[in-house]
Amino acid sequence: MTPPRRVAARAALLAASAAVTLAGCSTAAEADTTLTVFAAASLAQAFEQIADDFEADHPGVDVLLNLAGSSSLAAQIQQGAPADVIASADTATMDRLVTDGLVGVPQVFATNTLQIAVPPGNPADVAALTDLAAPGLRLVVCAPEVPCGAATTAVVGDAGLTLHPVSEEPSVTDVLGKVTSGEADAGLVYVTDVARAGDQVEGVAFPEADGAVNAYPIATVERTGRTADETELTEAFVDAVLSSEGRSTLADLGFAAP
Amino acid sequence: MSTGRTTIAHDPAAAPTGLPRWTYVPAVVGGLFVVLPLLALGTRVPWTGYWTLVTSEPARAALVLSLQTAATSTALCLVLGIPLALVLARGRFPGRDLLRSLVLVPLVLPPVVGGIALLSTFGRRGLLGESIEVLGLQVAFSTTAVVLAQTFVALPFLVVSLEGALRTAGSRYDVVAASLGAGPTTVLRRVTLPLVWPGLVSGTVLAFARALGEFGATLTFAGSLQGVTRTLPLEIYLQRETDPDAAVALSLLLVAIAVVVIAVTHRRAAP
Repeated sequence: MTPPRRVAARAALLAASAAVTLAGCSTAAEADTTLTVFAAASLAQAFEQIADDFEADHPGVDVLLNLAGSSSLAAQIQQGAPADVIASADTATMDRLVTDGLVGVPQVFATNTLQIAVPPGNPADVAALTDLAAPGLRLVVCAPEVPCGAATTAVVGDAGLTLHPVSEEPSVTDVLGKVTSGEADAGLVYVTDVARAGDQVEGVAFPEADGAVNAYPIATVERTGRTADETELTEAFVDAVLSSEGRSTLADLGFAAP
Repeated sequence: MSTGRTTIAHDPAAAPTGLPRWTYVPAVVGGLFVVLPLLALGTRVPWTGYWTLVTSEPARAALVLSLQTAATSTALCLVLGIPLALVLARGRFPGRDLLRSLVLVPLVLPPVVGGIALLSTFGRRGLLGESIEVLGLQVAFSTTAVVLAQTFVALPFLVVSLEGALRTAGSRYDVVAASLGAGPTTVLRRVTLPLVWPGLVSGTVLAFARALGEFGATLTFAGSLQGVTRTLPLEIYLQRETDPDAAVALSLLLVAIAVVVIAVTHRRAAP
């Protein structure tokens, strides 16, 4: 029983590796240009859609997405990572790259605001921002060091509230995770995170959120040795994000227009 | 029988080993592979102002919490791990091999998965969560959760080291001691454990080091709050966002602690 199965497995493996090799060859032959786009993790779904549309409109172009936290992306570019376009989740990160002369002029293409995320059924009856200060409420927020935490600090400060979170997470995804798992009664995340989580959480909008609007800027990355065609494509991708089609993709996922 | 004395005939250090010369090449590459990144980390350390960076309020809180929780987890590992290793090495019961494999799972599990598994057990909606909440206890977002996460990932290190040592030592001396009238607990305390002492020490060090470095399970299961759940690795990860210098400085501190712990215990454990 074992030997034939092993042979079959080996044959399958060979076939698979041959297919991969062939696919690699054909891609290399057809897609002669690769565009490397660095995008903030919260943009994942939106940029996958925009990249697919862009590839459909530009045959022979392959868009490679590198999705990570904005600070990580900026650090990679500062250390010489080969990127063509960067879209960050906050202006502060982009400003650092502008100061270093590593990117072109940034343009804001979307905005995002905070929303309260609660587990389905809202067990702690959170209806407003002030409810988050209630004693005994298990609240999870972003640490002030990361963009969503900075927005939280601003909104809460403007409202004159003092919160006592049980945890200050290093990323908005971690905050969302604590709410979807039901460990937290409420978390402060972005509108787009609530949209992304589907029916795993409920969103509670609050008017104070407008006090801290998070802007998403996009810019071309300075890179030597780029051909005129490549430069044109790089700019075309930025235009695609700013286009009405790009905007509608972003709007579908909860991002607001700048 | 009582006059019989076993002498250890082979001293591996004195015998000519006949090690093939070529083994030195990959050995040196392997050594460099481990040492070079540590040295590279040293070159990135902002030496001016290092002291200020590592004694800031958040850094001190994280360091104290890390040492406290890692020490508690190690103690918990000893209390639970020594009997577990004994039972796995010497006990006779059906399903022992299966139990051994299961106990070692956290070794190969990505820590985040460990965190999710702990949430499914001790979390609010977890297997034991409701019973724990009835008792008026709250595990999630507490220092207890940090200790549980660390113990979960560190325990297999202790068990695997000690069980290996127990198997190597064999049970001849235990049999002799028992035949001379020693009770099982006396045999364990006076014969079995002293024989496997080096294995127990290295297992304890490994468990402590693993607990000290725990990140993924802690973040997933316990959260991150200064002085409560934010241990040194979590603090490093957070500082990296805004202050890479502080992150590097704290990383070096963590490496230094690990080196000191290993050096001290190895010297103590040496005959």
